[in-house]
Amino acid sequence: MQSLTNRSKVVGSTKMTLMESIYLPAILNGMMITIKHFFRKKATIQYPEVKREFAPVYRGMHVLKRDENGAERCTACGLCAVACPAEAITMTSAERKPGEEKLFREEKYASTYEINMLRCIFCGDCEDACPKESIFLTDRLVPSDSLRQRFVYGKDLLVEPMEENKRIDISKRQTKEVLEFKKNKELQHNKLIE
Amino acid sequence: MQTEIIYKSILALAVFGITLFIAMYSTYAERKIAAFLQDRLGPNRAGPFGILQPLADGVKMFMKEEMIPEVSNKFLFILGPSIAMLTCLMTGAVIPWGSSITIAGNEYSLQVADINIGILYLLGVTSVGVYGIMIGGWASNNKFSLLGAIRASSQMISYEIGMGLSIIALIMTTGTLSIGEIAAQQHGGHWNVFYQPLGFLIFIVCAFAETNRAPFDLPECESELVGGYHTEYSSMKLGFYLFAEYINMFISSAVIATLYFGGYNMPFIGRFIQDPNALAIIGSVFLFCKIFFFIFLFMWVRWTLPRFRYDQLMNLGWKGLLPLAILNIAITGIVMWFTGKIN
Ligand code: SF4
Ligand code: SF4
Repeated sequence: MQSLTNRSKVVGSTKMTLMESIYLPAILNGMMITIKHFFRKKATIQYPEVKREFAPVYRGMHVLKRDENGAERCTACGLCAVACPAEAITMTSAERKPGEEKLFREEKYASTYEINMLRCIFCGDCEDACPKESIFLTDRLVPSDSLRQRFVYGKDLLVEPMEENKRIDISKRQTKEVLEFKKNKELQHNKLIE
Repeated sequence: MQTEIIYKSILALAVFGITLFIAMYSTYAERKIAAFLQDRLGPNRAGPFGILQPLADGVKMFMKEEMIPEVSNKFLFILGPSIAMLTCLMTGAVIPWGSSITIAGNEYSLQVADINIGILYLLGVTSVGVYGIMIGGWASNNKFSLLGAIRASSQMISYEIGMGLSIIALIMTTGTLSIGEIAAQQHGGHWNVFYQPLGFLIFIVCAFAETNRAPFDLPECESELVGGYHTEYSSMKLGFYLFAEYINMFISSAVIATLYFGGYNMPFIGRFIQDPNALAIIGSVFLFCKIFFFIFLFMWVRWTLPRFRYDQLMNLGWKGLLPLAILNIAITGIVMWFTGKIN
């Protein structure tokens, strides 16, 4: 079998040589190795003060985006729920009433939308599936909690705030490849968010 | 006479306090050193650099719920950690923590009791220490505790022989059983380690085994025995057992430093400082530096080596160290005969 590193050693139950059964040379050798680590740079990141940098395309807590006018983009088509391998998403749809155009972009909208964060595996398939560019994964973490029920996130936690300055930035996720993909004529509905 | 008694009680209290203090901070040092050897930082939240961590640990130990198993023998269950703690604190009495200080014409020795059989006392007290572990393990009425206790006692008995024999060679060269005299003899760089290198090696290996430290920490081997002899213990009784281990480590380091590394002696220092009192204090500082080095060595080894298997441990003790120690005695005797020290 081919070894992955060049450091692998064949071990067997052969009798120890004299040098090995004295133990001391091996022990000194090991101690030299550990003392070298004593002076190494430490790998610890002091968490609350220092935070590890996230990859620009980190897949964390979801956001349901609004469009430029502040209307929810989601049309409750259910494609995300179908795409979800963990079956974490559920929703109920409702019809938009006259006068609610400011709130919902499409005629049909999601009256409830829930993601069970304990089921979710943060694969990002929901984001891929969404035809309305509504759901995105962000670099925010799902905070820990002591009650399982509280991990079912409703629209209150998922939909981004209305105020312009509190919108969740997802521009980092629009990488070159994603933009290229969106040029596809057949996916005309994938209009860019500014 | 009266001042003598007062002075001795003060000294005994001081040794007691210093021992506890150092043992307390050994727990902190252990965690820090372990962390550094593993590229981590270790405790650093309680106070600057986590310096208050031992206090927090102590408070935690005291506040924890006390549990005594229903089926245990209550008297012996409490007696176990008490003996462990008592014996390891008793050993500090015969260590010379420095030469002597002269105040107003009276000479005060920095050794609590310079008894002429100091080494025997040391060996005797440490072997009583094994009862603490054995009684505690047996009284818990738990098979893991019992197994841990059996392991501890057989290990300590086996290694005590090697330790005793290596000391016999030392006694042959020094000609005394008093630790104070042995320390004084090593004045001027005549450290015993140069005359007894093999004996020192055997002694330090046995010291590791006696204190139940890695790579000989089989009595509390987590992967097989849960916690070993202290599986059933909680709260400060567990704290006593753990604490006793650190005190033992401190005392062993002190004994190694005193018997083999000159104790409070430091070569050439007498040329720069004449005042005997200052010299005595500096000697104590040197002794503590040596002790700290050995404590560091204990920890360094612990975080380097994996645990021995039990048969390896017994093989090493009986088939390795014991013959070597006897050989060491023979060589010492022959060399002494040729150099005319004995006839
Ligand atoms: S990230 Fe994956 S698992 Fe989580 S909701 Fe979206 S599709 Fe489901
Ligand atoms: S988030 Fe997207 S895919 Fe999911 S229901 Fe809404 S529009 Fe459809």
